[in-house]
Amino acid sequence: MPIGTTIEFSHIHKSFGATTAVNDLSFTVEPGRVTGFLGPNGAGKTTSLRMLLGLVAPTSGTATFGGIRYRDLPQPLHTVGAALEAASFHPGRSAANHLGVYTRAAGLPRTRVTAVLEQVGLGAHAEQRVGGYSLGMRQRLGLAYALLGDPGVLVLDEPINGLDPEGIKWIRGFLRAMAAEGRTVLVSSHLLSEVQQSVDDVVIIARGALVHLGPLSSLETDAAPQIVVDSPDREALGAALRQAGLTFSVGRTGLLVATPDPALVGHLAFAAGVEISSLHRQKAGLEDSFLALVGEGHTL
Amino acid sequence: MSSLLNAIGAEFAKILTTRLWWILALVLFGYIGLLAGGLAALFAGIQSGAISPDAAGTSSGGIPDFGTLPPLVYSFASSVGYVFPVLIGALATTGEFRHQTLTPTFLASPRRGQVLGAKVIALFVVGAVFGVVALAASVGIGAPVMNAFDVDPMLSDAATWWLIGRIVLAMGLWAIIGVGLGVLVPNQVASIVIVLAFTQFVEPLLRLAASFLEVTARIGNFLPGAASDALVGASVFTMASPTGGAAEALDWWQGGLVLLAYALAATVGGYAVSWKRDVT
Ligand SMILES: Nc1ncnc2c1ncn2[C@@H]1O[C@H](COP(=O)(O)OP(=O)(O)O)[C@@H](O)[C@H]1O
Ligand SMILES: [Mg+2]
Repeated sequence: MPIGTTIEFSHIHKSFGATTAVNDLSFTVEPGRVTGFLGPNGAGKTTSLRMLLGLVAPTSGTATFGGIRYRDLPQPLHTVGAALEAASFHPGRSAANHLGVYTRAAGLPRTRVTAVLEQVGLGAHAEQRVGGYSLGMRQRLGLAYALLGDPGVLVLDEPINGLDPEGIKWIRGFLRAMAAEGRTVLVSSHLLSEVQQSVDDVVIIARGALVHLGPLSSLETDAAPQIVVDSPDREALGAALRQAGLTFSVGRTGLLVATPDPALVGHLAFAAGVEISSLHRQKAGLEDSFLALVGEGHTL
Repeated sequence: MSSLLNAIGAEFAKILTTRLWWILALVLFGYIGLLAGGLAALFAGIQSGAISPDAAGTSSGGIPDFGTLPPLVYSFASSVGYVFPVLIGALATTGEFRHQTLTPTFLASPRRGQVLGAKVIALFVVGAVFGVVALAASVGIGAPVMNAFDVDPMLSDAATWWLIGRIVLAMGLWAIIGVGLGVLVPNQVASIVIVLAFTQFVEPLLRLAASFLEVTARIGNFLPGAASDALVGASVFTMASPTGGAAEALDWWQGGLVLLAYALAATVGGYAVSWKRDVT
């Protein structure tokens, strides 16, 4: 069983000319967990992952696997499997031959080619030219490449892009299974909703810089909860709340009151003699906190 | 060491798993076969008296010395066919940029210098194989044609086999020049345009222009095509030079070294220009 190592980004920085793509980014990814690497398009996810994999040279800082840079790994494909955004295939080569080339480069047994193609569900298309593959099949082939060396660490850039619903369901189970085996799984996405069912931890970046780090549940507590209260007589309820100095807005399901305390709202209604038909606490959605963190002005 | 062998194996696999190599080899065979067969028939016909020089439209000065006809015909393999190894070398390299396969390549083999070295070695062999294919055409078709006109194809001559060996070497070196060009100019279309323009127009014109004066002829000897012809030791181009080779051509080994120098300079230059850059 391959054992995952930690991934360590340390004060990494990358500028492309005048553009700062990644700005002083530091975080650690632990084995045995699925870590979502999130941020809107252009936040610097791909650039960060490419620096980690030795494809892009950092302007400063380091990114390592348990302290070892990618290019210094003795058997890189056996330690780390990576599937990066963008199709990286010669369209005239069959999937089996595509993988065969890199199996040879890494000195892996040729039997791995069939094994990984079966694993990602492309066994029946092994001899087909990649030029005729759909986007979803290309994503799977990219994943097959990542799995060639049965690596302890998986680094996947937007692996869910272009997958059909069945593929999305499959990859969610796949990510969980990989982490359960003790592997380190780092998966990027520009949509929290795409990965929120699969990730344990989140690392959120915006404009190249870290904005949030922690378990998925930490996103829930970050935004202030609201109280939703409704009454057959909304006028009277509103008047009572206003009198107590509470601000609220009128929503579809009732009045959204800016306080974390449901008992306070209940007491005010009771004291004013207003009947209430519902009263509950609403956590801000994960997506809401995510959007608040990455800031407005980004297309998601 | 084993990682270099793995990288070389992967480079061979890249060439052999797409159709380009055999399409180019097929065109090379047909092109050289037609040229060598046709010109062998023409010259051997003149020599044997079967065709009169006037009928062929050639002045008597343009008819090669009879003794050199077989090497001239055989050397079409490199003097004309050299563009094919350059093309496959350039396409093998620029294809990595075009199809973004540098990403999986550098993930599997993070030592980039070693990958480029492996490409150079693999393409040298592929170029040499192209040399064998071109010779199969120029000798395989040229020799029987000359034989038919009662011109000795000189196949029992050791010098002929040395010539064949030098042609194979030249074709291997040309493929490395292609690799070097590919890393210097990673844009595939630009690279192909440069190969065709340089080999088909620019260099032949430069060589012709240089050959009029002794000084420039000496410099012209260092043009890659001239160096290649010096390495091979026979070519239609040297035959056709107006001074008739007044400036002494380079020795075969000097020609080989000049060609190797071009190949290495382009490759090392290209390593700095594109190969070690960010792969985004
Ligand atoms: N090769 C490059 N040259 C110039 N700018 C680049 C290059 N690659 C990325 N960038 C810029 O760096 C920023 C981060 O891009 P990227 O890492 O691709 O973000 P993400 O993957 O989060 O969408 C963007 O502003 C992008 O335009
Ligand atoms: Mg990206």
